[in-house]
Amino acid sequence: MKHRAFDVVVIGGGHAGAEAAHAAARRGANTALVTLKATDLGVMSCNPAIGGLGKGHLVREVDAMDGIMGRAADAAGIQFRLLNRRKGPAVQGPRTQADRALYRAAVQSLTAAQPNLTVVEGEVTDLIIEGVRVCGVVVGDDELRAGAVVLTTGTFLRGVIHIGDEQRAGGRMGDKPSVRLAERIDDFGLPLGRLKTGTPPRLDGDTIDWSGLDMQPGDDDPVMFSFLSKEVQARQISCGITHTNEETHAIIRSNLDRSAMYGGHIEGVGPRYCPSIEDKIVRFADKTSHQIFLEPEGLTTSTIYPNGISTSLPVDVQEAYVRSIKGLRDVVIQQPGYAIEYDYVDPLALNAQLRLRAVEGLYLAGQINGTTGYEEAAAQGLVAGLNAAGEACDLEPVKFTRNESYIGVMIDDLITRGVSEPYRMFTSRAEFRLSLRADNADQRLTPLGLQAGCVGDTRQMQFIDKMERLRAARSTLEGMALSPTALKAAGLQVKEDGKRRNGMDLLAFPDVTFDHLLGFEPALNDILPEDRDQVAKDALYANYIRRQAQDVAVMQRDEAHEIPAGFDFLVLEGLSNELKQKLHRARPETLGQAGRVEGMTPAALTLILAKLRQQSRKSA
Amino acid sequence: MDTIFALATARGKAGVAVIRISGPHACAALSAFGASVPQPRMAALRNLRSGDDVLDSALVLYFPAGQSFTGDEVVELHCHGSLATTQALLRALSDVDGLRLAEPGEFTRRALENGKLDLAQIEGLADLVEAETEAQRKQAHRVLSGAIGTRAEGWRSKLIRAAALLEAVIDFADEEVPTDVSPEVLSLIEACQDEMAGELAGVAVAERIREGFEVAIIGPPNAGKSTLLNRLAGREAAITSRHAGTTRDVIEVRMDLAGLPVTLLDTAGLRETVDEVEQAGVDLARRRASAADLRVVLLDGDTVPDVETMPGDITLRGKADTDPAGQISGVTGQGVDALIAQITQVLETRASGAGTLIRERHRVAMARALDALDMAHRRVQAGEEQSELAAEELRTTIRALDSLVGRVDVEDLLDEIFASFCLGK
Repeated sequence: MKHRAFDVVVIGGGHAGAEAAHAAARRGANTALVTLKATDLGVMSCNPAIGGLGKGHLVREVDAMDGIMGRAADAAGIQFRLLNRRKGPAVQGPRTQADRALYRAAVQSLTAAQPNLTVVEGEVTDLIIEGVRVCGVVVGDDELRAGAVVLTTGTFLRGVIHIGDEQRAGGRMGDKPSVRLAERIDDFGLPLGRLKTGTPPRLDGDTIDWSGLDMQPGDDDPVMFSFLSKEVQARQISCGITHTNEETHAIIRSNLDRSAMYGGHIEGVGPRYCPSIEDKIVRFADKTSHQIFLEPEGLTTSTIYPNGISTSLPVDVQEAYVRSIKGLRDVVIQQPGYAIEYDYVDPLALNAQLRLRAVEGLYLAGQINGTTGYEEAAAQGLVAGLNAAGEACDLEPVKFTRNESYIGVMIDDLITRGVSEPYRMFTSRAEFRLSLRADNADQRLTPLGLQAGCVGDTRQMQFIDKMERLRAARSTLEGMALSPTALKAAGLQVKEDGKRRNGMDLLAFPDVTFDHLLGFEPALNDILPEDRDQVAKDALYANYIRRQAQDVAVMQRDEAHEIPAGFDFLVLEGLSNELKQKLHRARPETLGQAGRVEGMTPAALTLILAKLRQQSRKSA
Repeated sequence: MDTIFALATARGKAGVAVIRISGPHACAALSAFGASVPQPRMAALRNLRSGDDVLDSALVLYFPAGQSFTGDEVVELHCHGSLATTQALLRALSDVDGLRLAEPGEFTRRALENGKLDLAQIEGLADLVEAETEAQRKQAHRVLSGAIGTRAEGWRSKLIRAAALLEAVIDFADEEVPTDVSPEVLSLIEACQDEMAGELAGVAVAERIREGFEVAIIGPPNAGKSTLLNRLAGREAAITSRHAGTTRDVIEVRMDLAGLPVTLLDTAGLRETVDEVEQAGVDLARRRASAADLRVVLLDGDTVPDVETMPGDITLRGKADTDPAGQISGVTGQGVDALIAQITQVLETRASGAGTLIRERHRVAMARALDALDMAHRRVQAGEEQSELAAEELRTTIRALDSLVGRVDVEDLLDEIFASFCLGK
């Protein structure tokens, strides 16, 4: 048996694993990424798209910490669209169709170029455990020792694939499940739950009749993910749009009992926002048609991902209903759709660094924590990787908060509230949505990245330069003092209150643009177009953000009260038993987290605070 | 940091009420009353004015930061104990910028944050929290079982629907959701605006939010509950007849019982019945009785009704005019004075559950909610470009109404979204 020593070992090469390994390596940890096949790094196993609302925000945040997802998506993007372009900047989300091959190539070349990062091919068969501490993994005949281990194995825990009444064990199509590692995880006695998700059949685009189908092109001025990207790299394409019809619905309805879901073969809970076509037809019986996007999986493949018809019906039914759809009369199915059921670890068992509370040195990220989506996985990978490196190399933990990032919102939701269906990000989950924008992700998080030591020189220089330009632009704008009379003379409507207003004040008015101000201050002409755009976005929400400052202060005050790991919630007098149990399960680490446990009251928080004070005085 | 205030004394027969103001604007609050700040820790008499009116002549104390109960700067107003006075002062305070009503337990929380409680006091906190939680439960129960509760339930569902529509269009922009939800959102908002404005105007005189203590008279049908209530009230407040099951609704009579503000509840007789209307009355009787501060159980003969009692509750055998073993009679007045004495004795030892504070809290909540709702309406009208701001104003509205409609979570919005639209690509 060979022995090799690393600071951090990451198990799994999906989106969570890749981001975790890169993050740990950027922080200076000597990192190994263990995956079955090195050529599988960066595989997109579900839909060929990155980003969206909430999700695009996450990618920008990962990028602001110098992560890889944004750069890889920009390299592979073949149809960029900024969602909600007509709404306010806080709710605009970048999205792109991504060429699978290009995406994989981009991840693999970024990985090859990353110092401190070694890719190890093989199956992790066991963890090395000493006491309550994980200190490495076994890969075939080798032992890899590590200060911390990150587990990002997706749906491998008791994964079962369903196609109609056929079932087979497996993670994603074609992969074998890791039984021995799963048994080891069982030994930890972690709280587990069961979820399901599904994919549609993959179609051969050469057998689709595209004539007569609506086509959706990308944006004319593509908005990319990475703050480092300057221009689109791949050829741009359009997606097709078609619809199910009453014949499709009739075929599905008459075969419902053959669907794995409705035939009673599946017990896991599926996401409400990604229902199978069977679900859609049963739950919304009065709808006679559902939209389907025909998304090309790449520039060099004919495979089409029909987004909107995931299914667990038998293959012959899939063929019949797909062929009832306009444009798909002669279509060939390359790979049937399927549903997959899997176990997840209740994320209440994790702390804010995504480390298992009960097992030292073991971090979990991605689908195994009950989430769904590449972006959610990558963001968790980032958090786990940074903190695993922190533990192994004796660096400070990296903390993400609800008021600074969607990453913070997600981690907090997971560890204080748990999940009841696969967790997906929405912008409505962020109470400080107006501050947490895709456009200012770098301003919010790159300083944190610099502090954590995970931001490279190129980005650091570019960021410092940009901040300096923005500072100068703001100071020019704030130096202005325009009277209502002067503004009125220029055709701008403001209240005649005699109050002088500066440029930032004025940009907060919905109908005032940067161009309106140019005539008042010649120095404004020197500001770069992209910087004009940025300060205008920053100014737009200033009044709301000021109003929220108090809420942020209250949250920060509560977050500052740390609850020690051994704190016993069950002996707290004055709390109901139900509440005690909930606190005991969620084990909040701060008073702020405790406040977000369901059913908490201000009075109960006071009681916890009192107990903390009492203990600190007794020990003092 | 906010400056918070609340009535620090229990409502009751006391001649003096204490209003405590804690936080950086405590002295500013005093200036808002046109009164100067006295020497630290020295009592001084001050006229508290609102415009030209003198609201009260009160004894005022000032404690500098670090030398007060909470550790903040604190001003105490020792004012006359009448309901009208305290209510006027509380209302004036909530109009001062930077001041708001304290949440339950908030003074204690501040004292704790500032290290002003000693170990013994911390030990006693568990009891306090338990008592407060119980008081809150009672308050919530009362509000929600009343007419305003029904209305608040309506607002809650309308606001959730409106917020869900806005959020659906924001978060599922690339899916099959209606692109223009504004007509429905506007009509939902307008419906709430009208009702809330009406409620707000009526709050000052509303009899529905009850003042003081609630005493429920319960027992089997035809035990003489209504007759007793009429005797206590000194007027024909409840309809009495010899037919069992006459009282189907809950009759309320507000009265001053030996100086204590008391609302007497006459309830439907408790019995199994097949009459749906009467059954509803019986259910209501049980709910109201369990939320009341005190229950007077009136027995007819030996029958003990199936009713949950709590320590301090009074059980009496009725119909003393015809039943030789009876202890009280509404017809002859026998035993009524003894009952009043017993009720007041029990209540005097308790702080009132409902009262001025709840009313003021609701008024402030509703005023803030209405402001935000008006803004939301304007933002929705302004069109799609401002939909995230409209959503933000609706969030503020819902949060302001927390105390009335309960907490609305993002999950409530998502439930509504997924129930309404077929989403998911």
